[in-house]
Amino acid sequence: MPLSTTIARTAPAEVERPTGDTRTVPDLPWLVIVWNDPINLMSYVTYVFQKLFGYSFAKASKLMLDVHHKGKAIVSSGSREKAEFDVSRLHAHGLWATMQQDA
Amino acid sequence: MKPRFEPQRGGGFRLRLPAAERDMLRTVPGQLRELMGGDLDAPDLRRLFPPAYESDAELQEEYRRLTIDDLAERRREALQVVEETVDADHLTEEQLTAWLGVVNDVRLVLGTRLDITEDSYQRPLPQDDPRFAQFALFSYMGFLEENIVEALAATLPTTE
Repeated sequence: MPLSTTIARTAPAEVERPTGDTRTVPDLPWLVIVWNDPINLMSYVTYVFQKLFGYSFAKASKLMLDVHHKGKAIVSSGSREKAEFDVSRLHAHGLWATMQQDA
Repeated sequence: MKPRFEPQRGGGFRLRLPAAERDMLRTVPGQLRELMGGDLDAPDLRRLFPPAYESDAELQEEYRRLTIDDLAERRREALQVVEETVDADHLTEEQLTAWLGVVNDVRLVLGTRLDITEDSYQRPLPQDDPRFAQFALFSYMGFLEENIVEALAATLPTTE
């Protein structure tokens, strides 16, 4: 089964969120960050960015090189649900991804 | 030399994989499945199930609870695909994607265990090192992964 189809089952994180959650600021977007690691191949990381986000080879390569040379890159952003979905897809592909709210 | 994984006009990929390589690959799924049958928080597996939230333990716990079963199950499904197709001469895109996932997971586990750094690629372990066999498998998996990525990337829709 393609990796992108099954992960959707885990997406509705927001459903179980208690109301009155004060830890997150609703107006600020969440950033999905991929961190440099010495194991994942550069070609693989580029391919995953293209496949998951539909980025062109040029854009995916630039993001990969940012990860490689600067240590990290923001690869997507949006609502908390979207960011969590993207992070989980990156985790399914073995990339070191985290998310944080824009500051 | 002809590519090990060649996209076919009618879809899917033709495989030209030497028997010795298939035999090496054959040993992998069982070992990964065994590892994942144990503690998913084991140090060897930390790159397979990394945290999404680094500075909020509560949000991280929720993320983990909601995703870990699915992430593990998808990996087990990919292991099964590799086991079932390790001797195939033709793979669908879906099957080759499963191969890629397994090969990358093996690299993550071995690379974590071997404490691979950027320098490791320029300084391979000597043959008398007790970790040599694992390093050799790690290196081979990298070679195989480059081949698979090249084949799969050729099937991506071209944009811009």
